[in-house]
Amino acid sequence: MATKQIAGKTVSVSEEGYFTDPSQWTREVAQAIAVEEGITLTDAHWKVIDFLKKDFAATGVLASMRRINKTGGIPTKDLYELFPDGPLKKAARIAGLPKPTSCV
Amino acid sequence: MADEKIKKVSIICSKGSLEGVYPALIMANGARMEGIEANLFFTFFGLDAVTKKKVKKIKVATVGNPAMGIPTLIGAIPGMSAMATWMMNKKMDKLDIPPIDEFIEMINAAGGKLYACKASVDMFGLEKDDFMDEVKKILTVGEFYALAAGGHIIFT
Repeated sequence: MATKQIAGKTVSVSEEGYFTDPSQWTREVAQAIAVEEGITLTDAHWKVIDFLKKDFAATGVLASMRRINKTGGIPTKDLYELFPDGPLKKAARIAGLPKPTSCV
Repeated sequence: MADEKIKKVSIICSKGSLEGVYPALIMANGARMEGIEANLFFTFFGLDAVTKKKVKKIKVATVGNPAMGIPTLIGAIPGMSAMATWMMNKKMDKLDIPPIDEFIEMINAAGGKLYACKASVDMFGLEKDDFMDEVKKILTVGEFYALAAGGHIIFT
């Protein structure tokens, strides 16, 4: 485990940069992580992030791509456009959630 | 060199059983999820996975499959394959693994590219229209190799 300085805050992260303490997450921190990933967050990005956070709070697991599509109502194609080169991993990191563990 | 990231995979799906098709789909989708370019090439009975009339009828092989733990003669009883397929589909749905047709749509939406093998298409007397819209093109093996150039080829 490591800590990371971001958006004027110290946050605990895993070796791969995922939050280990979701309570340290703020919208400003999310903005800063997105910038690291080369993404400028728009309303469409926030819709994904908000869904992931809400779903995680309810189920305790990170939603799969299929669940984001079926339950969150966000088309898979859009997800790949919003978070290129690894949509679920990037979205999870920005949302302050754990690394995806599922194969799908 | 060992740390160099894989950039492109071309996966060949040659089998038409449920357990033959899914690994190819999971690997292709998984590649896209990691930002890896993915081509899927369906050949021989693997074509069933993208054939409109067949895609919903793909079943688990209960005969000649020692890992199933079902003796061949029991596996041959009518309905065994359908039952095993039903059970496996139920388990996969729980894991959020989609049915094959939906998985094909998902891989296409994810930017994975799907192709049918020319030799098999001709052999089975099929045409482009027999395939799901997600199938971009019918390719010869030569065209497939050209497409796969610079990446890894995985045969399933």
